[in-house]
Amino acid sequence: MSLLTVSGSPHYHAGQSVSKIMYGVIFSLIPAMLVSFYFFGLAAILVTLTAVVSCMLFEFLIQKYLIRGPVTVFDGSAIITGILLAFNVPANLPLGLMVIGSAVAIGMGKMTFGGLGKNPFNPALVGRIFLLISFPVQMTTWPKPIPWNTSLTDVITGPTPLAVIKEGVDQGAKVSELLPQVPGYTELLVGSMGGSVGEVSAIALILGGVYMLARRIISWHIPVSFLASAAVFAAIFWQINPEAYADPLFHMLAGGMMLGAIYMATDYSTSPMAPRGMIIFGIGCGLLTMIIRLFGAYPEGVAFSILIMNAFVPLINRAFKPKRFGEEIKNG
Amino acid sequence: MKTFAIGGVHPPENKLAEKQAIEALPLPRTVAIPLSQHLGAPAVPVVAKGDKVQTGQLIAKGEAFISANIHASVSGSVAKIDSIIDASGYRKKAVIINVEGDEWVEGIDRDETLIKDISMDAEEIIKRIHDHGIVGLGGATFPSHVKLKVPKGKTAEYLIINGVECEPCLTSDHRLMLEKGEELMVGISIQMKALGVDKAIIGVENNKPDAISHLKKLSSSWDGISVEALEVKYPQGAEKQLIKAVIGREVPSGKLPIEVGCVVHNVGTAFAVYEAVQKNKPLIERVVTVSGSSLKKPSNWMVRIGTPVQELIDAAGGLPEDTGKVVNGGPMMGKALNDLNAPVAKGTSGILLFTNAETPRPPLQNCMRCAKCLTVCPMGLEPYLLAILADKQRPDDCEEERIMDCMECGSCHYICPSGRPLLDQVRVGKNMTGKMIRERSN
Repeated sequence: MSLLTVSGSPHYHAGQSVSKIMYGVIFSLIPAMLVSFYFFGLAAILVTLTAVVSCMLFEFLIQKYLIRGPVTVFDGSAIITGILLAFNVPANLPLGLMVIGSAVAIGMGKMTFGGLGKNPFNPALVGRIFLLISFPVQMTTWPKPIPWNTSLTDVITGPTPLAVIKEGVDQGAKVSELLPQVPGYTELLVGSMGGSVGEVSAIALILGGVYMLARRIISWHIPVSFLASAAVFAAIFWQINPEAYADPLFHMLAGGMMLGAIYMATDYSTSPMAPRGMIIFGIGCGLLTMIIRLFGAYPEGVAFSILIMNAFVPLINRAFKPKRFGEEIKNG
Repeated sequence: MKTFAIGGVHPPENKLAEKQAIEALPLPRTVAIPLSQHLGAPAVPVVAKGDKVQTGQLIAKGEAFISANIHASVSGSVAKIDSIIDASGYRKKAVIINVEGDEWVEGIDRDETLIKDISMDAEEIIKRIHDHGIVGLGGATFPSHVKLKVPKGKTAEYLIINGVECEPCLTSDHRLMLEKGEELMVGISIQMKALGVDKAIIGVENNKPDAISHLKKLSSSWDGISVEALEVKYPQGAEKQLIKAVIGREVPSGKLPIEVGCVVHNVGTAFAVYEAVQKNKPLIERVVTVSGSSLKKPSNWMVRIGTPVQELIDAAGGLPEDTGKVVNGGPMMGKALNDLNAPVAKGTSGILLFTNAETPRPPLQNCMRCAKCLTVCPMGLEPYLLAILADKQRPDDCEEERIMDCMECGSCHYICPSGRPLLDQVRVGKNMTGKMIRERSN
């Protein structure tokens, strides 16, 4: 008789794995990817490819030659970092900068802390903010969407809808005068606006989010609390003075709101563990985003707000525990 | 449909033997009856080597407050009292009996006729249950007479009967509910009388619709007994989760069900109570499921306590070539056997044969903080954190994070995409924390 295995229970395993989850996330990103390829053409494809390949390469090099540990490049997490980093930059970003951004995202953002699950800050956002601060001109030159554009040089650049409103209001214009200069709600929803590669199409990002919810890759807590708190904040100021502040729907659809709430803030290792903590985190992200958008120096605040809230995650995990069984004694 | 509120998982059910009627397993040539097959102190043997014993005869007395009597499950002569490897994998003292015929102790009613009238009063019932060595047959094997004595200052309102059988593969309770429904009703009424309660609720998961409708039909002619169909979710058969599901009460941390006016007994226990009280029969046999995907005949057997597991497997068609693991109990909480000569004990609900592919230990990866372990924990704990604290040997923090609330259902370990052995680590932590608490109270 062959030898019997002896181990502690449980003897079944659900069959989930890191790579199954990661490739599930990648699959959910496909609609948003296709929309950005449609509007930003070959440039978007090249930027995304460069980011993915260099993220994987840097992770491989660090794991193989610096850490000299197991190489986990194909678990899908470096691919996600690459895609999300590319999604957070303008499509016409010079590819060399994309490589630098990837090195920072993987090296500084992820591997310094010990790799998957150990990093306190969202690696793609670390890369993005590094690029924004180091190369402010290239990082804020936004191409206008041109369907099926195969030319890399034939691009028209211009400010994003958020920047149009912000700069206009700062110069004393009224929101009602500025709105005709920005795309309408339908265009914002579909993604026909200037902006980062992957942030433009709200509908494609929501579709991906629904898929991740259905597969239980993420839970509703962070996206819903993020979007809801931002919407409420925007609504209050819009109610106070609709000529100085854009309406909440505009804020939901413009800029990186959907990408941030659905993909960046829900990153496992940089968001809280318990549902109550997730809601606190989401509210913090939503409020900070709106504070930066309405009163800060930048027209967009999603990336900063998520990184700031990332720093609070250990504290949130300590303060907001899951609801324990038998904690409140309710009889009847 | 009712279920418990937080956490839970849905492992594949694989109830292969649910259509197989209970058969009596032929008597083995020898039995090894462990002296410790219940929670609490081991029983003290009252027979010696060479003694002739009859089926049903007391062979060891449970003398401590939490302990249980043990009876000969066969007739024959005591070969020795020695330590054997039992189903826990450890060496434990057992009475080994060579089987000679099947002579029963006089006074045990072996007739199958149903006796409905309960002549004993509460005190006599509890004494009988104590004498006849009845323990919880759901797996925890807590001595039943202790549970039936309501502590001073507490009142029992509900008797909750556990017919959930939430573990995959196991079908012994399911078959018992279908085949011994009337006896169950009597057994439940006996327990109600002992406890002085007028309400009993049988909780059954909805994957056993035949048992639900059968018991519903029977219970209509019994006062105070009702059946509650529950949504299928593991670990609903855990005492605290079952109470929450059935009557919505939460047993406070570290307390017993009686705190919220409940006593929970398994359907198997209720049947054993019926046999003890109405038929004067001690607990010497139980229903055991034998199952496995490549086993010839997944089936349910009435097995004498002490029968080697090997005999049971042989009766079901023999050990398949591709067996990688043999589990005593369910796949979620059962123990892997290291010796197939280990005896069937009072707590053995099933013997499951798995191939290595069916019981994978996935490669270890970094915890990516996906929080799935928190989501599925039915006690609202943070398994990832408890694992870290256990690793760092911090029992005080483990206690603070309520590690002792963990009932080892294994949901966290089951779900973990990073293949982390969460329950193994939590067990280490519980051990450490339990030791710290005991030393503190000394």
